[in-house]
Amino acid sequence: MKNCEYQQIDPRALSVSPLSAQNPAEKKVQRPRRKWEAFPGKNRFFCDGRLILARQNGVLPLTLGLIVVTSGLFFAFDCPFLVEHLTVCIPVIGGVLFLFVVASLLRTSFTDPGILPRATADEAADIERQIDTSGSSTYRPPPRTKEILINQQVVKLKYCFTCKMFRPPRTSHCSLCDNCVERFDHHCPWVGNCVGKRNYRYFYSFIISLSFLTSFIFACVITHITLRSQAKKGIVQAVQESPASVVELVICFFSIWSILGLSGFHTYLVASNLTTNEDIKGSWSGKRGAEESGNPYTYSNIITNCCATLCGPMPPSLIDRRGFLPPDEAIPAAAASEMELPPFTPKSDANMEENCQEFSLSCTA
Amino acid sequence: MAETHSLQDLQQPAVSSKVFVQRDYSSGTICKFQTKFPSELESRMDKQQFEETMQSLNNLYAEAEKLGGKSYLEGCLACLTAYTIFLCMETHYEKVLKKIAKYIKDQNEKIYAPRGLLLTDPIERGLRVVEITIFEDRNIGSGR
Repeated sequence: MKNCEYQQIDPRALSVSPLSAQNPAEKKVQRPRRKWEAFPGKNRFFCDGRLILARQNGVLPLTLGLIVVTSGLFFAFDCPFLVEHLTVCIPVIGGVLFLFVVASLLRTSFTDPGILPRATADEAADIERQIDTSGSSTYRPPPRTKEILINQQVVKLKYCFTCKMFRPPRTSHCSLCDNCVERFDHHCPWVGNCVGKRNYRYFYSFIISLSFLTSFIFACVITHITLRSQAKKGIVQAVQESPASVVELVICFFSIWSILGLSGFHTYLVASNLTTNEDIKGSWSGKRGAEESGNPYTYSNIITNCCATLCGPMPPSLIDRRGFLPPDEAIPAAAASEMELPPFTPKSDANMEENCQEFSLSCTA
Repeated sequence: MAETHSLQDLQQPAVSSKVFVQRDYSSGTICKFQTKFPSELESRMDKQQFEETMQSLNNLYAEAEKLGGKSYLEGCLACLTAYTIFLCMETHYEKVLKKIAKYIKDQNEKIYAPRGLLLTDPIERGLRVVEITIFEDRNIGSGR
């Protein structure tokens, strides 16, 4: 490359110039496209691929709105009274909880849940070849499954027709997002995203902190109304003076049941290293036959299960949203991982070499 | 042609075929690849070398996903800072992935490229497969 006259040209323009002979349609690629722009699943991307959300983002604005409004009312109407009569710690604790809840929620919503990229054409062809050993081509083959042994237990892997690969264990295809997600838990409309391997811990901390926040606000509002009614000798008058408290009470009362229930359920799941998907389907409940088919993924120790699920190493995003697309889609992407610009230059060189090679081959052919 | 002279170092003949080494799930969902030697590579390299490469890769991935004091500490610290710490710090997994990328580049340069093979980093295939590209043996003794 040192002898090449391309040396002086800006790498981004390089992806256009050697190909102009081959692809006349390249003129639209004046700026290099990032991979998120060509992502096949039903997702939305923000901040140039840094944030990912499901296309059907459900009621995320409602969730955020409810949390912000309730907390806002709490800080505006209940805190002044409580600070005066009790302690200044109350708004401080409330503030910390509120920030934690919002941070966890945003993290859950905007993090890649563990989406598996779809198989490349070569991979898909290779798998097809391995499956179609015998059998006529006139009828569609039966649903493809593969049985494997995990910790001496038989697990069936299903073939995903959309992603063209055998799904790894604990992976499920979300029909709303049209992606295979690793360690798929569920698609949460409140959060507007799937909950999977990479964002389960954020989801869990969101519901736990939300339980604390709603219980805290509920307790404080009750205390507020009680103190006020004692002072004014009448609960009706107390409520009249602070109507916002009633709104908060209603919201908290109805949320507490569901949030606390959900927290309890997910604590059980974390302790037994299960996903909602597996629990609902009863994959490991020992229904089949007399043999006790336990969960092959559990560490048989609650503490270890909790630590593994919540504090384990953070796996990287496999979909490389911010990598650049090669100018010619037919060439497999010589992509870097999450690192953005520094490896870009060698990547475009590699592509250019391949293109030059093809060009030279076609000339000599 | 002027372009191809400078490409001599990486002169790549046409791709003849690709071999995919699938994941090995016998130990659960941890990232581990099968070490079975594919038959297509029999004429190109020896079994020992291939198994060594795969075993090293598996060890590196095991290191990345290891549950231990260090990863728990990282997890707890991240939780306490509401996960904002990852904006400035690289996770342990990412550090090991860089190590793996370097190892694969190394292996390619030393062992695979002279035999007309190319290992693709599994992270580029979503950690599903190790893709080994077999190039046609057109020019014997060319390049490196």
